[in-house]
Amino acid sequence: MTLDARLIVNRPAFTLDIALEVAPGEVVALLGPNGAGKTTALRALAGLTALSGGHIALDGRPLHTRPADQRPVGMVFQDYLLFPHLSALDNVAFGPRCRGASRSEARRTAAALLERVGLAAHATAKPRRLSGGQAQRVALARALAVEPRLLLLDEPLAALDAHTRLEIRSGLRRHLADFDGATVLVTHDPLDAMVLADRLIVVENGAIVQQGAPAEVARRPRTDYVARLVGLNLYRGLGDGARIKVGELAFSTIEQLDGPAFVAFSPAAVALYRTRPDGSPRNLWQAVIDGIERHGDNVRVHLDGPVAAFVDITPAALADLDLTPGQRIWASVKATETHAYPA
Amino acid sequence: MFRRHLGWVAAVAVACLAACGSGGPATSAGGGGAKEVTVFAAASLTGTFTELGKAFEAAHPGTTVRFNFGSSATLAQQIVQGAPADVFAAASPATMKTVTDASLASAPVTFARNTLQIAVPAGNPARVDELKDLADPRVKVALCAEQVPCGAAAAKALAAAGLKITPVTLEQDVKATLTKVQLGEADAALVYKTDVIAAAGKVEGIDFPEAGQAVNDYPIAALAKAPAGGAAKEFVDLVLSQQGRGVLTKAGFEAAPR
Amino acid sequence: MSAAPDRRLAGRPPWVLVVPALLGLAFLVLPLAGLLIRAPWPTLPARLAEPQVLEALRLSLVTATIATAVCLVLGVPLAWMLARVDLPGRRLVRALVTVPLVLPPVVGGVALLLVLGRRGLIGQWLESAFGVTLPFTTAGVVVAEAFVAMPFLVISVEGALRAADRRYEEAAATLGASRWTVFRRVTLPLVAPGVMAGAVLCWARALGEFGATITFAGNFPGTTRTMPLAVYLALETEPEAAIVLSLVLLAVSVIILAGLRDRWVTSP
Repeated sequence: MTLDARLIVNRPAFTLDIALEVAPGEVVALLGPNGAGKTTALRALAGLTALSGGHIALDGRPLHTRPADQRPVGMVFQDYLLFPHLSALDNVAFGPRCRGASRSEARRTAAALLERVGLAAHATAKPRRLSGGQAQRVALARALAVEPRLLLLDEPLAALDAHTRLEIRSGLRRHLADFDGATVLVTHDPLDAMVLADRLIVVENGAIVQQGAPAEVARRPRTDYVARLVGLNLYRGLGDGARIKVGELAFSTIEQLDGPAFVAFSPAAVALYRTRPDGSPRNLWQAVIDGIERHGDNVRVHLDGPVAAFVDITPAALADLDLTPGQRIWASVKATETHAYPA
Repeated sequence: MFRRHLGWVAAVAVACLAACGSGGPATSAGGGGAKEVTVFAAASLTGTFTELGKAFEAAHPGTTVRFNFGSSATLAQQIVQGAPADVFAAASPATMKTVTDASLASAPVTFARNTLQIAVPAGNPARVDELKDLADPRVKVALCAEQVPCGAAAAKALAAAGLKITPVTLEQDVKATLTKVQLGEADAALVYKTDVIAAAGKVEGIDFPEAGQAVNDYPIAALAKAPAGGAAKEFVDLVLSQQGRGVLTKAGFEAAPR
Repeated sequence: MSAAPDRRLAGRPPWVLVVPALLGLAFLVLPLAGLLIRAPWPTLPARLAEPQVLEALRLSLVTATIATAVCLVLGVPLAWMLARVDLPGRRLVRALVTVPLVLPPVVGGVALLLVLGRRGLIGQWLESAFGVTLPFTTAGVVVAEAFVAMPFLVISVEGALRAADRRYEEAAATLGASRWTVFRRVTLPLVAPGVMAGAVLCWARALGEFGATITFAGNFPGTTRTMPLAVYLALETEPEAAIVLSLVLLAVSVIILAGLRDRWVTSP
C-alpha cells in the first residue's frame, strides 16, 4: 500500500474524517458536492492544512509530521497557480531547483517534461500567454517534475471550457496511467471521475458515503447526491421478497431482497399516462407535475407525489400528453427496468 | 436626485466658507465689543511678549492679543504678502527694513537689544571658557546660519575677535541652535543671552567681550494698515513703557538707549 | 485578463465626482503654478550654476537614494513579518510602524537624538565602542530620512503582500521550496510592483525630508544641508532663491519619478 491515511480536520461547524488507501499506480477520485471537504483532504495530504488527528503514511513512512516542502508530493491546483513571473520552463524547473538540482539539470528535467506533455514549443512563454489547456499541462509537468510518490490534483479540469476539456481529459488519463505513484484527484464532475479514476470515493459533509469502481458506483448509487450525479431515481425502502416498500408505494423488482434496500431506475424508464392505463401494470402511481425543463434533446418532468421522481420523455411525447405543471398524472415503471440492491 | 445633490454641495460650500471665514483675520470684528490685536514677533520674544500681552489684555478689557511668533524674516515675508498684522516686532533692523521698504510701516523704534553668549551644556563638558576655545577642532560648535540674525551677529563677533571656526552645523534659528547644546550634541553655541536665561539649568552661559561688537537691535512698529487701528499703537507704547522694559530686562534683554 | 469596459456603456462621469476631482486637482496644482509664475526666470541660469545649489542637490539625491536602500533592506522584511507571521500584538506593532507618519518630523529628529545622539541610549555606546557619531554627519541625514520615509515603504509593501494570492506561496511549498526560497523566488517577484511603488514613495518622502534632518543631522553645507534645508534657509533672506531651489528639487524628482514609472511601476 503506497498511501495510507486517516485525515481528521476539525473546523468550526465542520469536521472532515476520512480514511484513504491508495495503491501504487492507482488513481482515486474524491467526488462530492461543494463544501464536502474534498479540497481540505487534498490540502491535508499536501501539508497545507494541519491535521487535527489521524495520520498519513506514504510507502510506510509517516508524512504528516513533515512540513509541506519536505513531502514527496506533487500538486496540481484548481487554477494551476503557475508563477506568473516565470516562463513555462522555469515554472517546471522550480521544483527540481528547490530540491537541490543544479540550474542546468533542473532545466533539462523541465524541458523533458514539457516535451512529454507536448509543450516544448512553449517553453519560454509566460503563463499569461498560455491557453487554459496548455497551462493545465504545464501545471501537471511542474507537479511531476519533483518526482513525487503522491500526485494530488484539485479539480484539474474545472477551469477548462467543454471543448478543451475533452482533449485534456484524455491526455491527463494517459499521463496518470504512466505515473507509478499514488494519485488522488478531487472533482465534482462525475464524468471526470469516471474517466480518470480507478476508484471513486464519494465524500459528503466530511465523511465517505460510498466508494468503489466507477461502474459500480454509477450502477448502485447509495445517496441522493450520487444518484443525481449518475442520473438515476433512487429510493431507500424495505425489501420483502420481490417487492420493496417505499413509503406507501411498493416497487416490484427482479431481485429478491429482504430488509433495508435501495431501488433505482432511470428517468427514461418511466412511462406517463393522462388517464389510468388499462390492465394493471405493476409499479403504477399517481403524481403531480412539479416542473418541466429541457434536458439535452429530451424533456425532464419533475414529479411530486408518494415519491419524488424525474422522468425523461421526448418533446413529441410532451406535445401528445399536453402536460402542464400542477397537472395530475399516472406514472409507471416496469419491474425489469428497476435495479434493487441491499442498503 | 439633482436637488438633493445640489443641497448637499451647497451645505458643503457654506461650511467651507464659514470655516475659511473664521480662519481669516478676526480683527475686523471691530464694530463694538471684542477687539483683537495681532502681533507678529520674533521667536526670541515668545516669553516676554506673551507676558506683555496678558498685561495689555488686563489693561484693556474686551481686547485680546494674538501672537504669531516665528523667524523675523519669515514674519516679514508674511506681512509683505498681506498677512493681517497690527504690530511687527523684529529681531533685526534688516528684517524690519523689508516691511518699511514696502511702505507697510514707518518709524520703527528700537525697544530692546540682545547680546550673544557662549552657551554650553550643563557641566560644560568641553571646558569652554572663552571665545577662542571654540576654534579648537575637538569642540563641536553650533552656530546660527548667517542668513538669520543670530548667525549674522555671531559672524560679526567672530570677525571682531579675528577667529575662524568650523562649526558642525549652521542652524535655522537660535532655538534650534540652543537645542543642539541642550541635548549635548554640540559642545558650545553662540546664542542670545535671553535664550540662555530661558533655558537656565539645562545650559550655562558664558559672557565674552567681543559680544559687544555684535549687539542686536530689536525694532518694533505698528503697521500702517493695522486692522486694530489705535490699539496697535497702544500695544507698541506698552512695550516701550517702563513696565515693558522691566519685563524685557528680566528676560536678559538690554534696554534700548533712550 | 479583464477587458476594458466599453466607454459607451460607462456613460458620462457624474458631476458629483468630477467637480470635487477638478477642485482637488486645482488645489494640488495651483501652488505649483504659483512657484512657476513667481520664479525669477531671468536670473535662473546664474542661480542654478551656483556651486551650493549643485552641492545641496547632489547631497539630497545621494542621501535619499541611500535612505531608500536602507528602507528596502529593513522595511521589506518588516512588511513581510506584519503580513505573514502571526505575531502576538501585531496590531500594536503595525501602529508603531506608522508612528513616524504621524509624528511631527522635528519631534522625530529629537527622538532620534535621544536614541542615537552623542548622549543617546545607543549613540553613547556607538561613540565609545566604535567612535561613531551620527549627528552632524551625512550618515545622520540618511538615518533621519530613513526614519521618516520607511513607513511609506512598509505600508505599501504590506498592502501588496496582503493583496497577493497566497496560494502561489503554497504551490511553491508543495514544490519543495523553503520559506526563504518562497519569499525570494515567488513572493518578492509577485509583489515587485508594490515594492517599487513603496520605494518610489519612500524616496520622494526622503528627498523632501526637512524637520527630522535639520533636528538630528544639523545643517552644514556639503555634509548635511540637503535641498529642503537650503530652501528653508534661503527663504530667510532671498525668497527668490528659495523658489529656484524648490523648482530644481521639483524638476529633478519629477524627471526621476516619471522615468522610473515608465520602467518599473507599470504592470509586471
